[in-house]
Amino acid sequence: MEKIEDKNQQPEEEQVVNPWEVSAKDGGKIDYDKLIDKFGCQRLDQPFVDRVQRLTSRPPHVFLRRGVFFAHRDFNDILDAYERGEKFYLYTGRGPSSEALHLGHLIPFMFTKYLQDAFKVPLVIQLTDDEKCMWKNLSVEESQRLARENAKDIIACGFDISKTFIFSDFDYVGGAFYKNMVKVAKCVTYNKVVGIFGFTGEDHIGKVSFPPVQAVPSFPSSFPHLFSGKDYLRCLIPCAIDQDPYFRMTRDVAPRIGYHKPALIESLFFPALQGENGKMSASDPNSAIYVTDSAKDIKYKVNKHAFTGGQESIEKHRQYGANLEVDIPIKYLSFFLEDDAELEHIKKEYGAGRMLTGEVKKRLTEVLTELVERHRRARAAVTDEMVDAFMAVRPLPNMFD
Amino acid sequence: MGYSKDQLLACLKELQIDFSQYEHPVVLTVEAQAKYVGNLGGALSKNLFLKDKKHRYYVVSALADTKVDLKVLSQRLGLGKGGLRMAPEEALGEILQVPLGCVTPFAVVNESARHVSLLLDQGFKNQECCFFHPLANDMSISLNAHGLDKFLKSIGRNPSYIDLEANPPVGKDQPPDLAAYVPSDSPVLPDLPEKAPSSQDSTGDSVGAATKTAAFTAKAVKPSGNAKNVKEKSADSARPSIPAADAGKFVEELLDRASALLLSEISEDSIKQHGGQLGAEVANNVKKCLREDLKNLATIFKNTAYTEGFYAGTRCQPKRL
Repeated sequence: MEKIEDKNQQPEEEQVVNPWEVSAKDGGKIDYDKLIDKFGCQRLDQPFVDRVQRLTSRPPHVFLRRGVFFAHRDFNDILDAYERGEKFYLYTGRGPSSEALHLGHLIPFMFTKYLQDAFKVPLVIQLTDDEKCMWKNLSVEESQRLARENAKDIIACGFDISKTFIFSDFDYVGGAFYKNMVKVAKCVTYNKVVGIFGFTGEDHIGKVSFPPVQAVPSFPSSFPHLFSGKDYLRCLIPCAIDQDPYFRMTRDVAPRIGYHKPALIESLFFPALQGENGKMSASDPNSAIYVTDSAKDIKYKVNKHAFTGGQESIEKHRQYGANLEVDIPIKYLSFFLEDDAELEHIKKEYGAGRMLTGEVKKRLTEVLTELVERHRRARAAVTDEMVDAFMAVRPLPNMFD
Repeated sequence: MGYSKDQLLACLKELQIDFSQYEHPVVLTVEAQAKYVGNLGGALSKNLFLKDKKHRYYVVSALADTKVDLKVLSQRLGLGKGGLRMAPEEALGEILQVPLGCVTPFAVVNESARHVSLLLDQGFKNQECCFFHPLANDMSISLNAHGLDKFLKSIGRNPSYIDLEANPPVGKDQPPDLAAYVPSDSPVLPDLPEKAPSSQDSTGDSVGAATKTAAFTAKAVKPSGNAKNVKEKSADSARPSIPAADAGKFVEELLDRASALLLSEISEDSIKQHGGQLGAEVANNVKKCLREDLKNLATIFKNTAYTEGFYAGTRCQPKRL
């Protein structure tokens, strides 16, 4: 039996992790072991990573190797089925609350692209413009506009148009999708949804009835133009771990309405430049690297704002080495530096005090600049027509090729 | 290379725009300029070069008497209360390509200023003529708003005038009234681009591209050794034909990357190190380094071609039976 978190029972000092709030205990670090325990999901350990490598005949993605995607639900079932020749589809999404995307936003998409390429499976991407309209109090037009703008950055991550369907809730909800929403809604009592998401009597009914919208893309019958006749098709959802509550609810409901439970593969939170305890916030441009940052901006932000574990003076640093636990450049490199050997070398030398913070920052700046540049070039190739094509309700005949 | 004062004056003459020119010692402020041309009947302008937090630039050109409140302007543009600052000096040279004290609406003729938003004071329309610097501060030219419009239109800009002193409320139900003047985020957003994947562009800024006007095409194209792909957003383009996936350009891009990598792999040292085995070693490295990169390029190409087909398909006429 999976635990459904009861938010009302949370003691005050505990860390808070849900789709609208992430904060650690006492302003410290998020305790991921506790989180896995509390949520009831599984650790994604090395045997899994090896198995993925075997099944896909290619090196596992850097996020798997470094434990960025570290937890899962039923991922082994997906792999078992895949080994038997049964395919699955991917489902991920974005809440378009702002135009400015930072690297943390890109992480689930970068990983999803790898999954699409490695397993050769189709993907649906949900843009929850309705959610942002409700929670962030944006106008309908503005949230739709942001959804389209964000779609461009998402497309720039390199998804294959012949295997990818992007949709916005305002455009797509209706028909078979809505029928599933009602089926799901009938299975979740008001008390339950309050327990999972913490709604109060003051929250408007839009919020209370939103969760089914994010749940039903997990069911293939929500997309009759794609998966008609394939009701057995499994779904794998790559997401950040704060989205877990939606899918715990979905997994609880699925068997009751005759569908497979969706599987999940979950990531850590991407730390702010100022450190694990800092918050990445849209109003503080120095808390994150944005995809629109220039090389100069990146250099400035890494040099001036990245929290380091280096010692206060060179002598002390050579003596004690750097504190790798809190060092942000090392953390960022572990997300984005492909070469395992190079990362190991840097960690060893920096931890021993032989390498200085400046050198680590320089390498990080190089890696991030290349990443952002590549993204910008790809973004420049995305036109409104391409967005229209990705978002068109059309069949994808080659989606498993 | 930015436009020079003489080139600008030549253009104005070619466009048959009525203007008068006055030379004077270099001036850096409106007060100083007033000493020389203040009594000649035309209105003086003050010109601000501004920047927002997302590195977008604006030229605000107003009558010298018009009150311009940066906080209000910032809100009206949708940038929040403190979103606008004076642009740094380097930006003046880099983007507008004019010297200090020489901000002028004419600076948007430069390619580097392609994405600078131009905000003009509606007060100009009521004046017989107004003074601006023609890309140099040792001269002032006076022309009327009509002439300015003609010039701006000739370089593909849509001139529009706004009430700079207005202070409309901006809030939840009243969106910022000048939001349309904010340049789009990415400076290299295509509207009528070539659809082959973008080439290596180390600067990230848009390099010159074909503009619309005959008068400026000679200046526009800036070729370089690599087939640099040129993507541009024209200020007021009509909806263009759908961009094409160009196989030739795509292949050139792939070959450029492969040959660049090859050249870097084969050096005196590597020859010494690997001798006869150098071929195998280089081949391996090239594959390893380029695999992901080239796959990404190929995906962009595929997506573009698909989009082309999709667009055509939506406009396809049904078969005649």
